[in-house]
Amino acid sequence: MSNALIIKDLHISVQGNEIIKGLDITVKQGEVHALMGPNGSGKSTLAYGLMGHPSYEIDSGEVIFNGVDVLELEPNERAKLGLFLAFQYPTAIPGVSMANFLRSAVSAVRAKETNGSENIELIPMREFRVELREKMAQLDMDEAFARRYLNDGFSGGEKKRAEILQLAMLEPKIAVLDETDSGLDIDAVRIVGESVSSLVGPELGVLIITHYPRLLDYIRPQFVHILLDGRIVESGGYELTQLLEAEGYDPIREKHGIEETGQVEETVQ
Amino acid sequence: MQTSDFSKDFVEKIARDEPQWMRDRRLEAYSLYESLPMPHTTEDDTWRRTVDMRTQDYWRRTRRHLRGFAVENYHPAAEANGSTSTEVADGTGVLVQVDGNPQHTYLSPELQKKSVYFAALHTALKERGDLIRDYFMTKAVTLETTLKSGNIATHNTFDALHGAFWQGGYVLHVPKGVRIEEPLRVYIKLSKDQHADLSHVLLIAEEDSQIVIIEDNASANQDTGGFHCGAVEIFAGQNANVTYVQVQHWNRQVWNFASQRAVISKDAQLCWVTATFGARLSKLNQAVVLEGNGAHAQLLGLAFTDARQHLDVSTAQEHLSPHTTSDLLYRNVLKDRSQTAWGGNIYVYPDANYTDAYQKNDNLLLSERAHADTLPGLEIEAHEVRCTHGATAGQIDADQVFYLMSRGIPYDLAEKLIVDGFFEPVMERIPMDAVRQEMQEFVSSKLET
Ligand SMILES: Nc1ncnc2c1ncn2[C@@H]1O[C@H](COP(=O)(O)OP(=O)(O)O)[C@@H](O)[C@H]1O
Ligand SMILES: [Mg+2]
Repeated sequence: MSNALIIKDLHISVQGNEIIKGLDITVKQGEVHALMGPNGSGKSTLAYGLMGHPSYEIDSGEVIFNGVDVLELEPNERAKLGLFLAFQYPTAIPGVSMANFLRSAVSAVRAKETNGSENIELIPMREFRVELREKMAQLDMDEAFARRYLNDGFSGGEKKRAEILQLAMLEPKIAVLDETDSGLDIDAVRIVGESVSSLVGPELGVLIITHYPRLLDYIRPQFVHILLDGRIVESGGYELTQLLEAEGYDPIREKHGIEETGQVEETVQ
Repeated sequence: MQTSDFSKDFVEKIARDEPQWMRDRRLEAYSLYESLPMPHTTEDDTWRRTVDMRTQDYWRRTRRHLRGFAVENYHPAAEANGSTSTEVADGTGVLVQVDGNPQHTYLSPELQKKSVYFAALHTALKERGDLIRDYFMTKAVTLETTLKSGNIATHNTFDALHGAFWQGGYVLHVPKGVRIEEPLRVYIKLSKDQHADLSHVLLIAEEDSQIVIIEDNASANQDTGGFHCGAVEIFAGQNANVTYVQVQHWNRQVWNFASQRAVISKDAQLCWVTATFGARLSKLNQAVVLEGNGAHAQLLGLAFTDARQHLDVSTAQEHLSPHTTSDLLYRNVLKDRSQTAWGGNIYVYPDANYTDAYQKNDNLLLSERAHADTLPGLEIEAHEVRCTHGATAGQIDADQVFYLMSRGIPYDLAEKLIVDGFFEPVMERIPMDAVRQEMQEFVSSKLET
């Protein structure tokens, strides 16, 4: 049986404001979904809520993954189940090398039992190095990258590639990619796009969050959802992205009677 | 075993086999000690952030019970026949002292041949009286710790106490041109309840010499109370290179007071690493005096406090001459209800143009109830100088924790990675693998308790 992430009537608020206002999506392993919406529509809020960020309050609804109630779990337990989030804005952690961090993460996710706070046995250094080198080569990343401090002083493109490297190393079942294409130049989008598409397969389902369809040239989604004001207002196939590209969000806003939130759209490079 | 009580009688007793000049210095220190009150937060700015009641109350309660100056116990002979301590590997040189008593001293024949002198201070008083007389509390840590410009003069009660009652400690004297690459190891221990350690350390590196000293201050067990009132005096002669690492890991019942001062001559370099894990309360005064042109000091501090530990550090970087550089980085991690206070000052005197001085203190709080005070300061009297300072204090970053946890890393391990990362800028500048490893182990064990 394939694994599925099932989101039912989810409501999420931040600092007392309801941002996600009843949302349903089901992503199965092997499927590619795109979630599109203008800035401020709640895409990152959904991503953080799914991963269990403490500032994002789940007011009601369900998130079931592989039959397990995800909302009861700590973020690390969600990761261990096979859920992954590529951050829109990855956090810098000075002093912690990429290699050291990845070895801890991979060891934790692959550990046989979830023994909570008990010591995690690190996978052997040699084995880890071989694997890391191989995956970095696939992503066209310099080996020196592994010695740098996690996201510290990384360029926008380096941060996004580092997220994809983590995705490749952790081998999740469902990955949420939060604007992995934003802030990148055309070449970087291609590299990221091609690497993600090489990872997509029957073992991995993805929910690609984006407000521009560029990335979707490389990974074609079977399902496209449009998020406006905390709700999914349209769902369809790839043709929806073309409609968006041609006409923008305004016709959809009008159709559903939703006012523009007045947020400034990110400029495209 | 006798109880001390810090009386004049006791001074006489300690001094009975010592040269007259030392006896006189002790008595001078004693009369100063007698005239001074225990430090008071309202009267003495340098004690402002260390609760006076605690120190005073501690003193009232404990002074009469403190033992182990070991006048009766002290047997230089024990040192001579080398009661070999098996846990210590004799490399270049090793010195072990327990409850103020030297237990074991070793210096490789090779270094002896080069006229390097490494001995317990009491032994040195007999063997190298003139050298000690020259340096002991005369040039660095003195009874009247006066900044060179004369604009601040403070008597420190604990310095006076130390001057009167000091017992134990060691001297390392390295002659001109002798360069020792391998570290000498020193273990200063407290083992019995309510014992005191009043070690005095003298490091004298002559012109063009090089030394590395790694000193541990350790308790033999976890629950015996104790008292440390020490002094460290470092002299880096012209073009000398001195590395001094002090790892303080007394247990949490020990009260720790120390004055430490280094005088750095022309073109000499000092790398000074201070790691603090232990003590109930610790009050540390630390100063580098950049006396000669081109003198350089690097001060690295790493502290991890927990439970109700209180750590108060005052540092001074005194630039007396042109083209001197100093670089201070102190990083503290605080757990539980522990507290740290750091007050750092850079002084640049009128002649010291082209000074380049830097100081930074950062605090990472792992608990809402921990508290860090940090107060950098500058006093600049020269015109052509570059001084930079900074200080930060903040709770562990929730977004960093979340990021790591979202990758499968459990909270405890995420916290450990962040703490290790926080210490990394200090660690990466410590030039010895063995020391870094030892510190890493202390950090890990602090996180686990
Ligand atoms: N951590 C936060 N603190 C305060 N407001 C937030 C936070 N995260 C999101 N919001 C608010 O929630 C709304 C949706 O933001 P977000 O989920 O980031 O949108 P998107 O990712 O679609 O651009 C915005 O109005 C934003 O200001
Ligand atoms: Mg977003």
